[in-house]
Amino acid sequence: MNSKFSFLGYTKGDLFNFIALLAVALVVVPLLVQSEYWYSSILIPWLCLALAAIGQQIVMGYAGQLALGAAGFMAAGAFACFNLILRVPDIPFFVALMLSGLVAAAFGVLFGLPSLRVRGIYLMVATLASQFFIIWMIDKFGWFKNYDTSGIITAQDIVIFGKPFTSPQEMYFVIVVVVTLLTILAINMARGSTGRNWMAVRDMDIAAESMGISLLKTKLQAFAICAFYCGVAGALFAFTYLKSLEPVAFDIKLSFKILFMVILGGLGTINGAFIGAAFILLFPVLLNSIGNNVFHGAIDATIISSIEQVVFGVLIIVFLIYEPLGMAKLWDNIKQRVISKIAPKSEPLKQKKT
Amino acid sequence: MTEFLFFIEVVVSGLLAGTMYSLVALGFVLIYKASSTFNFAQGAMVFFAVLAFVGFMELGLPFIPAFFVAVLLMFFVGFCTERLVLKPLISQSEDTLLMATIGLGFVLEGLAQAAWGVEVRRLDLGIGDFPIQWIIDTAGLFISALDLTASLVAGILIIGLALLFKYTKMGLGLRAVADDPGAASSIGIPLNNIMLVVWSAAGVVALVAGMMWGARAGVQFALVDLALKALPVLIIGGFSSIPGAIVGGLIIGATEKVLEVYIGPFFGGAIEGWAPYVLAIFFLLYRPEGLFGEKIIRRV
Repeated sequence: MNSKFSFLGYTKGDLFNFIALLAVALVVVPLLVQSEYWYSSILIPWLCLALAAIGQQIVMGYAGQLALGAAGFMAAGAFACFNLILRVPDIPFFVALMLSGLVAAAFGVLFGLPSLRVRGIYLMVATLASQFFIIWMIDKFGWFKNYDTSGIITAQDIVIFGKPFTSPQEMYFVIVVVVTLLTILAINMARGSTGRNWMAVRDMDIAAESMGISLLKTKLQAFAICAFYCGVAGALFAFTYLKSLEPVAFDIKLSFKILFMVILGGLGTINGAFIGAAFILLFPVLLNSIGNNVFHGAIDATIISSIEQVVFGVLIIVFLIYEPLGMAKLWDNIKQRVISKIAPKSEPLKQKKT
Repeated sequence: MTEFLFFIEVVVSGLLAGTMYSLVALGFVLIYKASSTFNFAQGAMVFFAVLAFVGFMELGLPFIPAFFVAVLLMFFVGFCTERLVLKPLISQSEDTLLMATIGLGFVLEGLAQAAWGVEVRRLDLGIGDFPIQWIIDTAGLFISALDLTASLVAGILIIGLALLFKYTKMGLGLRAVADDPGAASSIGIPLNNIMLVVWSAAGVVALVAGMMWGARAGVQFALVDLALKALPVLIIGGFSSIPGAIVGGLIIGATEKVLEVYIGPFFGGAIEGWAPYVLAIFFLLYRPEGLFGEKIIRRV
């Protein structure tokens, strides 16, 4: 019964999913969501951070390298984009975006080098160096900030084919296009030989090497691609969400947040990056609105943010103990249960490949 | 001559500041030695412990009782960690445990702030952070009394822990568990109790480290970031060695001060933030097990 239909290697179900998601993102959401708040405070940061989480997912979930410097790469991408637009006349926005991703990727290769010798906590420390170094570099050398002394630089407007994209809704369209393309690319890589190499290295590097997989190439590739995704995400984050460029926005807290998105969302799944990002972003919003509406501001804002921290920490421990595959796996389980309730007599459900 | 004296002063102040890093690193080593778990939450434990201590003092407890109540609290934290986090995750990979301790760190930071607030507290230990006149007169060096106390305390702690590890029955058990947990528990060494002792000891070390840091920089959230500096210390010294934590701390302390004073100005300063990590990367490339590390870490 297996249909052999395929288009560029995608099955029918994949294509259906892509088209459905795009339709939702580009048609249904703009029709339903009118308030600027939703675009500028939820949808835009969600998609940007999800993109960064995909990068973290590639290096950590697929290639198994414990890296903690996503925000540093994001900063590199953001400032690269700022400088490209500033210094190269008439550079198209998408070209600048891709080039800033490549700049971040160069940093990724540089700071991925220690991964050839060490792993685990040792690698984490080595990647922390990238986090601190990149931020310091941007902060200290005036050239990166165009010798601006105020500390906060306003990001340039996004102009595509002469048309400025300035309202949150317009920016949202730009982001959806970029994120969709890069997500499909990531799914492709994860499924193809690239991703299989990553997973082989993750699961047993010696076996992978003896099968002819070059550890050097595979790991550095993972770091480069991770940094590329983070760089693009950082540029989008700065240009559409923050609308300004400041190194402080990309501190180690953001790196931890992205790490949490990946752990909670589920290691080794692309949709886990989206689910994790949504959770990390929405949970504080939810907590704040509970604080405001149920307790009418009786609880101090600092207490609320402390509670948020405790909940994130507890959830990480709970997920590691009870469901190491994260929320993506929970989501799959729910889906399977619903499907088997609705259509109990259908063929045995296909196991989803991870 | 004054030039040289200044250099000595920079090195000495770096070395003394380094003992502060050593104090934090010591907690990491204790837990790593006994369970080969890397406790990322050590920094949060430092913050939690000293904030609790200051909190108890504010409730009106005198210095010594407040200290002991804080110690008891850290025992309780160690107990909860062992029961609720480590036991369910037993025989999981090191990376999983590391991620779990990151989660634990967030819990502790959040709890501490929820219970005692976020404002910066002052902690007065009765030891000033000013140069000792006697040393200025005799050697011409400016050395802070607090630095000197911290290094003394670090020395006492290290000797105490070394004796504990070497000469007591419990220390023998600790070393056995560190070597091979399976074999150790099969000959009847109570694994849980050992873990409990180790986490409690790490909690007390965290409290002492926090008091020293708190007296210098105020009891505040930045302590958690300071504790991250203990990571390069550990890489240089080796994760499983108590002397390594000390020597690593001294190296980091001295190097970052010297670099900051002599090379920093060429780059606009503030290279202290990342210089230790870069130093650690060089160590990773040439001597991944650290100066005193016992076993060579798995090369990949």
